[in-house]
Amino acid sequence: MNFRNMAAAVAASALFCAGGASAEELALVSGSVGKDISELRMQLDEFEKESGHTVKIVEMPASTTDQFGQYRLWLSAGNEDVDVYRTDVIWAPQLAGSFVDLKDAMKDETPRHNPSIIESQTVDGKLVAFPMYTDAPALYYRTDLLEKYGKEPPKTWSELAETAKEIVDKEHEAGNGQLTGFVFQGAPYEGLTCDGLEWVASSDGGRIVSAEGDITINNEKAAAALEMVKGWIGTIAPDGVLSYKEEESRGVWQTGNAVFMRNWPYAYALSNGADSAVKGKFDVVPLPAGEGGKSAACLGGWNLAISKYSKHQDAAIELVKFLSSEKAQKQRALNQSRLPTITALYDDPEIAKAQPIVASWGEVVENAVPRPSAPTKRQYNEVSKEFWTAVNETLAGRGSAADNLDKLEKRLRRLKRREWE
Amino acid sequence: MANVQAGVPPTEKALEAERAGARPRSDLSRQRLRSAWLFLAPMILVLTLVAGWPLVKTIWFSLTDASLSDLEGAKFVGLRNYYEYVDYGDGEGEYFGLLFDPQWWNAVWNTVYYSVISVTIETILGLAFALVLNAEFKGRSVVRAAVLIPWAIPTIVSAKMWAWMMNDQFGILNDMLMSIGILSSPVAWTADPDTAMWAVIIVDVWKTTPFMALLILAGLQMVPGDVYEAAKIDGIHPVKVFWKVTLPLIRPAILVAVIFRALDALRVFDLIYVLTPNNTQTKSMSVFAQENLFQFDKFAYGSAASTLLFLVIAFITLFYIKVARLDLGGRGK
Repeated sequence: MNFRNMAAAVAASALFCAGGASAEELALVSGSVGKDISELRMQLDEFEKESGHTVKIVEMPASTTDQFGQYRLWLSAGNEDVDVYRTDVIWAPQLAGSFVDLKDAMKDETPRHNPSIIESQTVDGKLVAFPMYTDAPALYYRTDLLEKYGKEPPKTWSELAETAKEIVDKEHEAGNGQLTGFVFQGAPYEGLTCDGLEWVASSDGGRIVSAEGDITINNEKAAAALEMVKGWIGTIAPDGVLSYKEEESRGVWQTGNAVFMRNWPYAYALSNGADSAVKGKFDVVPLPAGEGGKSAACLGGWNLAISKYSKHQDAAIELVKFLSSEKAQKQRALNQSRLPTITALYDDPEIAKAQPIVASWGEVVENAVPRPSAPTKRQYNEVSKEFWTAVNETLAGRGSAADNLDKLEKRLRRLKRREWE
Repeated sequence: MANVQAGVPPTEKALEAERAGARPRSDLSRQRLRSAWLFLAPMILVLTLVAGWPLVKTIWFSLTDASLSDLEGAKFVGLRNYYEYVDYGDGEGEYFGLLFDPQWWNAVWNTVYYSVISVTIETILGLAFALVLNAEFKGRSVVRAAVLIPWAIPTIVSAKMWAWMMNDQFGILNDMLMSIGILSSPVAWTADPDTAMWAVIIVDVWKTTPFMALLILAGLQMVPGDVYEAAKIDGIHPVKVFWKVTLPLIRPAILVAVIFRALDALRVFDLIYVLTPNNTQTKSMSVFAQENLFQFDKFAYGSAASTLLFLVIAFITLFYIKVARLDLGGRGK
C-alpha cells in the first residue's frame, strides 16, 4: 500500500533528523466520555516530561461500536501512524492478531492487577492488552428525593419501579413535570448489551451464551426480565431512553431530571462537579437484583494495546507501563472516579475519602459479569448486535420478549452453525 | 464505500457506435472520432482506476472467504456468500447466504421505501420552490442564495444538528410542538420505531429540496418567455398554463433531477448512521454493508452486500430510464 510506503519514508526521514536520539513521537488513539481526554492529556504531559518522548492523542467518538469499526480498518490496512490503542474489554479476541504480546514486557506489573481482568485480555496465552481502568456500573439515586418520600434505595428491580413511580407521580402533582423515574442506556448499541445482560443475569436468566459456548438466552426468566423492562418504558422511563447512550442518560440525570440512573462510575465525579444540579444530592448502590437472582454488574473497562505495525514499540511499552501504573490509576480514581485494576488501590485511604464509590466498588468488580466475548470469539460483535436488537425491539414494543428471544436463539444458532470461530 | 458506483448513463461511446452504424463515415468524422477518443482517454483511465477497479475487487471479494484481518489469504468459495445450503447431516439443513438473509431484504426494503418517499416529496417541494424563485420579486437573489444553505451544510453536521433538535428531552422540536399544543408529551423521534424512518426522511427533505429546486429552476429558465406571452394574450388560466406549457417543457429537467437524487438516496449512509444508528427500521443497504465489512468479521459477506447493492441500484436506474423514456444522450429534440 502506498500509504504504508509513505509512512515508512516519513519515519525514515524522521530518524535521520533525530540522529538516532531516543526521543520518539507516539500516537495514542482513544475514545472519549466525560473528561477522559483532558485527564489523559494531563497524564501524557507528565509522561513526556519524564521520558522525553512526545505523545499525540487521536480523539475518537464515545461509542465503542464506532471506534471498533475504525480501528479494525486501520489495523487491517497496517496503519503505522497509531502506536497505542485504548481498547474495550470485549475486543481482545477479535483484534488479538493485530496487537503485540505484552506478556513478557509487563510480567513485573501483571501480578498486582485483578487476575480476571488480565485473563479477559489474554487470548490463547497472548496478553493482547493491558488494563488501564475497569468499569462496573452503579445505580445512582437521588438522596434528597428518596428521603423526602421516606424511601430506601431499592434492592430489587420491582422495588426500583415502585419507588420511581411513586416519587414521579407525587413530584408531577407538585409541579415538577420534567422529572422522570429511571434512565439507562437503551439505544441499540454495545451499551444496551451491557444493560440487557444485567437485567437477564440478575434474574437468573444466564449470560446469553455460556462459557462453554452454548446459546442459553431463550429462557423464561430472561423473557420475564425483558417484559419487566418493557413495562418501564413510557411509565418510569421516558420513551426516548431507547435512543440514550451513557452521555444522554447522564444529561437527563445531571440536570436533576431523573430519580435513578444506571451508569458507569465516571458519572460519579462529574455529577459532583460544580456545574451539576445534583451535586451532593445523590449516592450510589450496586444494581438491583431481579426475581430469584442477585445483583449483576456488566464488566466493562478500557485497556491499552500496542499495534504490531508500530515503529516505536519500546517507547509504546514505556507509555503503557506509565498509564497503567499505580500512580496513574490513582490519579484517574481521584479525578474521574475511574475504577483501578490494581487491587491494592481499593484500600487506599485518600481515594476512599475523595471518591467513596471507588473504595466501595471492589466487591462489585470482583463479581462483575463478563459479556460472552470469550466463548463467541471473533463473532462476538455480531452476537452482541443480535442481542441488543432483540432487546431494543422488545422494549420498543415490537413483538413480545418470548418471541423475540426465540428469534434471537435461531439467529445465534445460524451464526454459530457448529462451533463459534 | 467508494466502490459502489452505479447507474452510469449510456456513454458517448455507445451512442457514437450507434450513429456510426447508421451511415458510412467521412474522413472528417473519422478524424473527429479519433480526437474524441484522445480527449476521453484520461477520463476513462481515471474512472477505471477509481471506480472500475474497486468494483471488480469488491465483486471478487464477494466470491471469497476474505476477512479484514487476512485479506491476502482470501480463498475462492464460489457463490457461498450469496447462496449456500448447509446440511446438518441428520436430514435437516438450512439455507444461508445473502439471498436468504431476512435482514438484508429488510435493508433493501428500507432503502427503497426511504428513496421513493423522500425523492417524491423533494421533487414536489423542489418544483414549488423553483416556481417561486423563478418569479420576479425584490430580493430574489438573496432568497435564492439563502435557500441553498441546507444543501451546503455537510450531511454529518446537519444530521447531528437535527439529532439534537429531535432529542426527546432537550430538543427544540418537541418544545415547539408542545407549546403550540400539537403534542401533549415529548416524542422520541429517532428512537420510536414508528417515527424513526420519518425522522430520517424529514432531515433528508430539509437538506435536499434546495438541490432539486436548483436543478428544476435551471430547467425553468430554459423555457422561452414568448410562450407565456402567447398564453397570456390568449387569456389562458395560469393553472392551465402550468399543466399544459410549463410542466411538459421542464419535464426532461425534472426527470434528470429525480434520477440524480434517486441514485444518491439509494446509497444513503451518513444520515442514517448519525441519526438512527443500528435501528432495524432505518437500516439501509449501505449501513448493512458497512456493518458486515467493518464491525463484524465478515468482509466477504459485506462485499457480497455491496455487490448486490450495486446491482439493485443499477437495475432500478435502468428500469427508471426505460419507463421514463429518459433521453440522457440529448437526442430527439
